[in-house]
Amino acid sequence: MIEALQFDFMRHALVAGALVSIACGVIGVYVVVNRLVFVSGGIAHAAYGGIGLGYFLGINPVWGAIAFSLAAALGMGLVQRKTRHRADTIIGVMWAIGMAAGILFVDLTRGYVVDLMSYLFGSILTVPRSDLVLMAILDVVIVALVAAFYKELLALSYDETFATVENVPVGTIYIILLCLVALTVVMLMRVVGLIMVIALLTMPAAISEQFTSNLKKMMILSIVLGIVFTTTGLWLSYALNLTSGATIILVSGTVFLLSLLYKAVAKRRARIQA
Amino acid sequence: MSTRREVLCLQDVWAGYNGRPVLEGINLSVKEQDFVGIIGPNGGGKTTLLKVMLGLMQPTRGRVRVLGQSAVQARRFIGYVPQQVHLDRDFPVNVWDVALMGRLGRRGLLRRYTSQDRHAVARALQQVEMLDAKDRPIGELSTGQRQRVYIARALATEPQILFMDEPTASVDAHITTSIYELLQKLNEHITILLVSHDMGVISSHVKTVGCLNRRLFYHESKEITPDMLEEAYHCPIDLIAHGVPHRVFAHHSREEAEA
Repeated sequence: MIEALQFDFMRHALVAGALVSIACGVIGVYVVVNRLVFVSGGIAHAAYGGIGLGYFLGINPVWGAIAFSLAAALGMGLVQRKTRHRADTIIGVMWAIGMAAGILFVDLTRGYVVDLMSYLFGSILTVPRSDLVLMAILDVVIVALVAAFYKELLALSYDETFATVENVPVGTIYIILLCLVALTVVMLMRVVGLIMVIALLTMPAAISEQFTSNLKKMMILSIVLGIVFTTTGLWLSYALNLTSGATIILVSGTVFLLSLLYKAVAKRRARIQA
Repeated sequence: MSTRREVLCLQDVWAGYNGRPVLEGINLSVKEQDFVGIIGPNGGGKTTLLKVMLGLMQPTRGRVRVLGQSAVQARRFIGYVPQQVHLDRDFPVNVWDVALMGRLGRRGLLRRYTSQDRHAVARALQQVEMLDAKDRPIGELSTGQRQRVYIARALATEPQILFMDEPTASVDAHITTSIYELLQKLNEHITILLVSHDMGVISSHVKTVGCLNRRLFYHESKEITPDMLEEAYHCPIDLIAHGVPHRVFAHHSREEAEA
């Protein structure tokens, strides 16, 4: 591992892992407690349309992804709030349409699109310095907005009706939350690919939820776990010559399953003692 | 009696979902320091009535005035205790942070909670005897303790009126009694309106009772007449109350009423 650090790409990858872990840890907590996993998956896949559009227009696909994911967040947020029934169907449809649009945009783009796969499966090893700067900026935006609306986000997540009665603009706050999910998804896409975005968004938060009952502590623990997972995954993928994104996911998944097992055993022990 | 101010007034209020009325021609007048219990079968419109009074739902017809204002405008003077079943027990939050949510309406966006807010929350938790438990996760509490926390959250808003939805559903009988004793104490300063399907408990603690089943039968008295129950429940009175018509449940324990 130490000798790997002499490579620029490895140092960049480690920094990228840490930067996404921050966004993931903070936003993943809201995704888990608000049960937004499906919507997050929808936003991630709809963002693929933006990547295709980016190639088609010859601009950095990340900008396309940001635009599409934000649009998807707005659309899905409105659908979820206005139509209580069948919201999941409509979100599923938007998920597929975004994906399909991306594929067609790429079809229409002249020449061979080389690193398209990197958006599907991630390519943390090829993150350029400019993307690191963008990630850092997105982190600052995400953390600042969550800090600014922390008490409203907590109230909305816990008891939306009560928050409404307290005159919290729940509709606006909800849309802001989904937009933050969208930005996080775009960052994550670089690291693990859009197909596995959900895994890294949810697993650190789901693990930490088992060990704390405080939202802020849950965020900090999720960030630490995210950094541990990306670093361990990177090291394993380097040592064993495996795909980095998938290795990171499997490391997280293994720890997640172990944490479930630990919890089950602890519960059982408590029951026996009682 | 007549000098007390009217704090809540519904005139011919109709409300429903998808064109199907759930509330039909509701008339209700509540005065300061009233303690009104509204009973009715499930699906009889109890929660809908609260939603209309909280401005969470627009009536299709009729007029709602709370403290002389529209329901939405009056929200900041209302303490609301929702039905517990809708809340996530495992949510990672402690008692103190839940009670603090009662201060959201006072602070508004981009403002931090102040020491004034913390005092109000501490006082509210003290009133319901849950201040010692302020650091405990909400999921670890018993149903009765959690209900006290939700009452504290509503009190933290420093309300003039308290609206409660099924305040003692799935709470043990002796906890139920202690919650109603608390409410009776609070009622010295705050007007309370609660809805419940559990009339056994309600009628021995509140000042006046109404029956709601789409239509509201309310005569500003504590008596539930056989007529009211027949109208509201569409079933013979003795099925519900052993045929004891006046101040029906005053001499009955909860178990008897349910038997």
